[in-house]
Amino acid sequence: MPSINRKVLPGFSLSLSYSVFYLGILVLLPISACLFRASSLSFEEFWRAVWTERARAAYLLTFGAAFVAAAANLLLGLVLAWVLVRYSFPGKKIVDSLVDLPSALPTAVAGLVYGSLYVEKGWLGQYLVPLGIHGAYSRFAIVLVLVFVGLPFVVRTVQPILEDLDLETEEAGASLGGTRWQTFRNIILPTLYPALITGFSLAFARGVGEYGSVVFVSGNKPYDTEIAPILIVTRLEEFAYGEATAIAMVLLVLSFTMLVLINMVERWSMRHEH
Amino acid sequence: MTFTNSSFIKTIALLLSSLLPVTACTATSGANTSADSRVERARSVELLNVSYDPTRELWRDINVNFISRYEKETGNKVSVKQSHGGSSTQARAVIDGLEADVVTIASIIDTDAIRKKGLIKDGWIDRLPQRSLPYYSTIVFVVRKGNPKGIKDWTDLVKPGLQIITPNPKTSGNGYLSFFSAWGSVVVRGGSREDAVNYVTKLYKQVPVLDSGARAATTTFVQRGIGDVHLAWENEARLEVRAAKGELELVYPPISIRAEPHVAVVDAVVDRRNTRAAAEAYLKYLYTDEAQEIIAKHYYRPANEVFLKKHAETFPDIKLFNITEIAANYFDAHKQFIAEGGVFDAIYKSK
Repeated sequence: MPSINRKVLPGFSLSLSYSVFYLGILVLLPISACLFRASSLSFEEFWRAVWTERARAAYLLTFGAAFVAAAANLLLGLVLAWVLVRYSFPGKKIVDSLVDLPSALPTAVAGLVYGSLYVEKGWLGQYLVPLGIHGAYSRFAIVLVLVFVGLPFVVRTVQPILEDLDLETEEAGASLGGTRWQTFRNIILPTLYPALITGFSLAFARGVGEYGSVVFVSGNKPYDTEIAPILIVTRLEEFAYGEATAIAMVLLVLSFTMLVLINMVERWSMRHEH
Repeated sequence: MTFTNSSFIKTIALLLSSLLPVTACTATSGANTSADSRVERARSVELLNVSYDPTRELWRDINVNFISRYEKETGNKVSVKQSHGGSSTQARAVIDGLEADVVTIASIIDTDAIRKKGLIKDGWIDRLPQRSLPYYSTIVFVVRKGNPKGIKDWTDLVKPGLQIITPNPKTSGNGYLSFFSAWGSVVVRGGSREDAVNYVTKLYKQVPVLDSGARAATTTFVQRGIGDVHLAWENEARLEVRAAKGELELVYPPISIRAEPHVAVVDAVVDRRNTRAAAEAYLKYLYTDEAQEIIAKHYYRPANEVFLKKHAETFPDIKLFNITEIAANYFDAHKQFIAEGGVFDAIYKSK
């Protein structure tokens, strides 16, 4: 068949089958095991496990906090990436390395340290709590640690794009009489959209799955500061494997839906620009 | 400022140690050193004791003594490894294949979950003396220096503005035992079910943090200085007060629960590994005078009355009620009060 030889790049079927194989072993297999466990429940049992008032409050908190934290990281990350690419200053290498630290630190340590800082007698808490800012055992505390664990994502996705940005387009913009703000707004920012959205969705997904740091700073109060992963652990402690996996499935489906939506926005924004 | 560097490091160290779900430490104490010099090598076995969180020091002490005694009496060598973690987490590990020869976890709910999977034979509870309870314990109060809020009894805990630290009953043995104690302090003394519901509702609304386990709750109370009273295991409370060097005080309420951490041989494992003799000797050793003395020294209440009386100063004679005084048994209590849709859930729903 001559059509096969028409492909420019060789090895398509090989690389595709490797990709599918790895994705299957690493991602799909565990997820189907999860599905299998959850399917030991009848539909009614499943529903009763995943859709209680308390579980709904937990989902809302989990996704809400992850969303707010990812949004904060979008802004923070952009500024950080900008500073790291566009300016040079002493200690820049160190700052650059610091960005990756949240990924390396066991998140439970982050949670514990944040908690210690923001409680009433902590270094920061002693000034903040009298002002009514509770950075420990509150929803705000959850957002704080999620900002911490999600920090690297936006920075690391935006940084390379900024580095590759063609200076000439900016110069052209300036020579055509654009202000610096117009240049940033109309030339630089649109190029960054896809990277920003990718960074946002990574930070968001990370926030939804985060457990280690949150248990130590949230206070874990039902209806108030209890995140969905805690519900899973709670059910496991009762030896209710089926119910625990059922809640995990709901988290998985919700996350997947949101990631697909974000991907669509990314596609749309790219089409829109070019 | 109470937030010093050393407390910071201690917190992190505590945390890291609690992160390791299975921290096994060998307590061989020279059992292997003389092995090579002997012409005739005795049979040597290794036991794994899967236990709950606060018992590290107790078992280390027990193991050293058991090992030398076992060798003296049987001529066989034995070494014991320990594994610690949250009680039901440990039970799940055994169910999922951790090769425990004996389990010494915090609650019958967890021990029996292992039986249900067929790893421990039915009727295990009657195979050892005292219903398989070499020791028992209870829940007591730890308060700040000088007891500024005047906390003496359970009824004092619901004074307005007072904050109570106790772990989440859903994820912690210490947590649900505190709940049962609080409940029993009402109904065992003649209160109605409605009184008890009102009491625990008030109580848990004054709990600012629901930590996931006993050690995390201790950190919240001691290192972070949150709360006026900490509901803790008796042995943990003793250590906590001793370590605080006068900053904390122990208060015995007039009534509390009799907490029963059973011990059991895991039949399926010992039969496969051929370690039954050693495993059974190990658990029987716990009832000897020597072991009962060690148990008392670590602030667990010895099953043998003689040793309990000998250490009467350490173990004030408060009323310890049985679980059967508030429910049919531990399973029933857990189902009624803690499990999904129970009393505990309703506390937060009524907000």
